[in-house]
Amino acid sequence: MDWRQLWDIMSAPDNVPIVGLIPLLCFYIYLAWKQAKANDDLVVQLEGDAALAKTHHRKSWPFRPGWAKEVHVWPFLLRIEFLAAIIVTIILMIWSITLNAPLEEPANPNLTMNPAKAPWYFLGLQEMLVYFDPWIAGVVMPTLIIVGLMVIPYVDTNPLGSGYYTWKQRKFAIGTFLFGFIILWVAMIIIGTFIRGPGWQWFWPGQTWDHNRLIYEVNIDLPDIFGITSNLAKAIFGAIVVGGYYLVGGYIVHALFRRYNPKDYQRMSLLQYSIVMIFLLTMVALPAKMMLRLMWHIKYVWITPWFNI
Amino acid sequence: MPDGNGSNEAGNGKNGGRVSLLDRVKAGMKSDVDSLKADLPAKAKEQIDGLKDPTKTQVYTSIFRHKHDDTPRNRALGVLSNVFLHLHPAKINRDSVRYSYTWGMGGITFYLFIVLTFTGVLLMFYYHPSKVQAFRDVLYLEHDVPFGKLLRNMHRWAAHLMVIGVWLHMFRVFLTGSYKKPREFNWNVGVILLVLTLLLSFTGYLLPDDQLGFWAVTVGTNMARATPLLGHEGPLGPQLGMTPYNDVRFGLLGGSIVDANALLRSYIWHCIGIPIVASIFMIVHFWRVRKDGGISGPAPVMLASEADKTRRGPKAAGE
Repeated sequence: MDWRQLWDIMSAPDNVPIVGLIPLLCFYIYLAWKQAKANDDLVVQLEGDAALAKTHHRKSWPFRPGWAKEVHVWPFLLRIEFLAAIIVTIILMIWSITLNAPLEEPANPNLTMNPAKAPWYFLGLQEMLVYFDPWIAGVVMPTLIIVGLMVIPYVDTNPLGSGYYTWKQRKFAIGTFLFGFIILWVAMIIIGTFIRGPGWQWFWPGQTWDHNRLIYEVNIDLPDIFGITSNLAKAIFGAIVVGGYYLVGGYIVHALFRRYNPKDYQRMSLLQYSIVMIFLLTMVALPAKMMLRLMWHIKYVWITPWFNI
Repeated sequence: MPDGNGSNEAGNGKNGGRVSLLDRVKAGMKSDVDSLKADLPAKAKEQIDGLKDPTKTQVYTSIFRHKHDDTPRNRALGVLSNVFLHLHPAKINRDSVRYSYTWGMGGITFYLFIVLTFTGVLLMFYYHPSKVQAFRDVLYLEHDVPFGKLLRNMHRWAAHLMVIGVWLHMFRVFLTGSYKKPREFNWNVGVILLVLTLLLSFTGYLLPDDQLGFWAVTVGTNMARATPLLGHEGPLGPQLGMTPYNDVRFGLLGGSIVDANALLRSYIWHCIGIPIVASIFMIVHFWRVRKDGGISGPAPVMLASEADKTRRGPKAAGE
């Protein structure tokens, strides 16, 4: 174990936010889960007791008749905002006094940094460069993430769980979001920051970064496994595989979705349902392609003269 | 008499009762002094009494448009008649002040934006966006400018915190289903603000003109080469006539490599372009929070049996 290097990576000033992000996320997931559980328990209780459901104030927090339902913004909200501003300022001051912003040598186009890393919040996309061509990882994926986030309110037809934490009422929505945010975004950032070393090679935490390490990975394309040689045949084969993924994957998701989310399935229009399908399958395609690469050393699935996937 | 003091006319012909000029002046001064003796303490007392309650002064009442007695009306007016606070309603749901529900991340993100604007303006006083001076300016800032290092550190760490704040805010909004009707549009404004926050941070990365920023921006903008249709290494780009000298990356960098033009461009996007756009979206974002009925909750839980009453979408019309 190269503790020294592990410490160097962890304490690099620009990596400190990521080190801080991990416990912060754990804390907030715990906080959300605790409240979701309280609300879910309350829902179970109210569903079993119709009389109580009519009189209960429907929150897992205490409320007694006679208590004001509303409070004045001044002072009850403004004092919280004021305190929050002071606490943030103090944290920022202490952080700024104790840790200096990084400043390397002057920019030198002739001296390539190794590893050359994007800002930490884009490392998830840089990590995707291992598995996808730049036009997918750098352009298509960010676009799909932005568009995908924007369509969420218009395809989530579930009226339950609006304005309170819950898990049981929105398993599919929350599960999908957690997968996208925690696994595909935050985890990739952590890999990109702490695992990827010189040459963007995989170094386990504590493993010494060896700038001379070479890995002979013989990656092959999927059509080669099947002995397809002509360009036209490769393009057609790839189109069939990718199209097949969406068809078969779409069928599997459909079979599961209509069984486990019958009400959402009922509520969704054809357009809403298709959009959810496309984004969900594309999202799952990321780890699928990663698996293909990591387990069978497959580089491209679909090869054409203009683009490769 | 030719002295021309005008007393002849004023005397109105009573020449026998003429008072000498000197006496008149003396008498006048005496009355002035007497009035000062009498009035000054009285006025001073009045002044001091007035200051005992500053809220009654004209200056105070011209600034604050209502009284400050502790009444519900004044508490509400204190928020409503203040331009900075009037984004808030006068009263809110007793549970929406619960930190465990809101996490406060939206407000913290906005506060960090203010901190960044403040420190950013101060940094601009010491920075020239040119290849000759940029790196030296940062060295000067770190070693010679009073509190320069603290200023730069605060700007950088506040930027990182802001990125984290935006993510956690989005996370909370998703987990509480707060994007649901009627807040769909505001979620979209929020997504744009998330993108703008990342772009703000990214454009600032190049400005110190050091190896870290240079290569991070090189890696980042190299992706633009591969833009489908618009990049010279992207799918169908060469077929559409894209070269390193006319594609989308050239437009971002103002050149085919990260150099002086790229520095100037990221400086202007960072300090002027994106902050203005982000501010406009923020105004809409906050405005819509109010218009859509304040923050989403904590709302009363809904039971599955009640869910179909609020059905919407194409099917709702038929039922």
